[in-house]
Amino acid sequence: MALLELRGVRKSFGGLVAVNDLSFALEAGSISAMIGPNGAGKSTVFNLITGIYVPEEGAIDFDGRSIRGLRTNRIAARGVARTFQNIRLFAFMSALDNVMAGRHARMHASMFDSLLHTPRQRSEERAVRERARELLRFAGLERDEANYARNLPYGSQRRLEIARALASDPKLLLLDEPAAGMNPNEKHDLIGLIRRIRDLGVTVFLIEHDMSLVMNVSERVTVLDHGEKICEGPPEDVRCDERVIEAYLGRSDGAA
Amino acid sequence: MSPVARRIGLGVLVAALLVYPFLDRNNSHVDFLANAGAFILLALGLNIVVGFAGLLDLGYAAFFAIGSYSYAILASQQFGYHVPFWLMLLIAPVIAALFGLLLGAPTLRLRGDYLAIVTLGFGEIVPQTFLNLPQYTNGPNGISSLDQPSIFGHSFGFSATPYYYLLLGLIALGILIAANLQNSRLGRAWMAIREDELAARHMGINTTTTKLAAFALGASFSGLAGVAYAAKLDLVSPDQFQFNVSVLVLSMLVLGGMGNITGVIVGSFVLSFVNSFLLPQSTTLAHAAGFPNIDFTNYRFMLYGIILVTMMLFRPEGLIPSRARAAEFHEALADEPLAEQEQEEYEGAAR
Repeated sequence: MALLELRGVRKSFGGLVAVNDLSFALEAGSISAMIGPNGAGKSTVFNLITGIYVPEEGAIDFDGRSIRGLRTNRIAARGVARTFQNIRLFAFMSALDNVMAGRHARMHASMFDSLLHTPRQRSEERAVRERARELLRFAGLERDEANYARNLPYGSQRRLEIARALASDPKLLLLDEPAAGMNPNEKHDLIGLIRRIRDLGVTVFLIEHDMSLVMNVSERVTVLDHGEKICEGPPEDVRCDERVIEAYLGRSDGAA
Repeated sequence: MSPVARRIGLGVLVAALLVYPFLDRNNSHVDFLANAGAFILLALGLNIVVGFAGLLDLGYAAFFAIGSYSYAILASQQFGYHVPFWLMLLIAPVIAALFGLLLGAPTLRLRGDYLAIVTLGFGEIVPQTFLNLPQYTNGPNGISSLDQPSIFGHSFGFSATPYYYLLLGLIALGILIAANLQNSRLGRAWMAIREDELAARHMGINTTTTKLAAFALGASFSGLAGVAYAAKLDLVSPDQFQFNVSVLVLSMLVLGGMGNITGVIVGSFVLSFVNSFLLPQSTTLAHAAGFPNIDFTNYRFMLYGIILVTMMLFRPEGLIPSRARAAEFHEALADEPLAEQEQEEYEGAAR
């Protein structure tokens, strides 16, 4: 069953059509990727899914219900988590607090619980702290618990963003260029991490420019160019598709 | 400092504060401390809005005014309502919080400078409103002869000592609430919004209600301070709540260390001390020494200016900063390009 389905989605900015008549579906439990040249509209698609933008046309269904027009925080509560192309951690909060803040949507403490530290609130805080520590371990950051997000090395910041996103027990995790700026070792670890995330039962959808990573980790690839889907399929098919080669390298006969 | 040393230090401080009025029979000293207590309460409340949630509020005195006028209107001869003081300590924070919601709601989409300008406007509107409704507030004359609080049948009278203990209690309550909030789901949500509002929304944080909670809870502190201060002074008038009060409370935060509860208390105490004790006392001394024309209290604003400029130059994080502010100013100035890039992305993504 499709966890996420986009049908005929369109979004433009002034005269620029960023995403046009886009349809695709993500199978629950899969790892999928979206690739395309710079400016193809990939990040716009993420922003449409998370409710930062509302599509002008088309439908977005998540987990069997429409999420079109819902506010970002409501969509996050439904089970969509993401990381950002340019890291957007809570810079001056500890790694642990970052992950605990990531669990906000799954917590129940009301304003009065927070104010009075009721027994209910205390036990919830304890459980959330424990869960956040587990996630830091999962992302290999157990030693950085008390450090400010800002002071972590770049690769750790990327992994902390993933740990923070996982804190909300998402059904779908959107990764926006998770390998950007990583060295080959870190990329290798990242592939392992993405697979382990899928094994937790989380559907993973990533934007990535690193082709070896995309081909290695994803089961299905969607190719975007000028806001339109030009090709879709298993990585080995996409790799050989003429339209994809054309989008990336230009037409052989059209070259000036 | 080890936790044990800290506890002992805190115990000694509390004990000293509790016995102070018995040791110092000079009523003017106790009076000063009681007034300083009201400002500490204000600073603790503003710290929730500015320090925790990062919402720059330049009109905080408006809520102080609302708290004070609530007491003056509901507990005096003005309309013949005589709501008991202790009940007003419950009612006034609620009234102030409601106004916090009312004034916070239109500003939700604003950030930084724009938010500051709008709150500055509210800070001007509220005292002007009280000034221009003479049928309810006696206009510029204000409302006087407020009901005096009493406890177990004993009126507070005109001694500062009962107010001193009252404010000590209210501050203890304020510290407890602020510290609880800081380590909670709500407190983390405030800080997340302060650090990155867009990312906060992706964590499922409802930025609308979370910011409103900051405005409301912050305002409720000044409701408490307003009731205590009005009862103690036995008078409210619009000129007590001018823009300079908002600036004074904000300066207390800047001086002490925004976001840090201890810092905020130290900052407000130091500024109150300079303002209400040091300057008048040195003026008296100067007069006694044969310089009748010197009045140091006239240099108050120059002194604030000097303090603020000096702090910004040498210790921008405040006297006792929160860990986050100290790091912000000293550890991580190297990656500014990244910060700019983030800002661009934010502006691109904000609707």
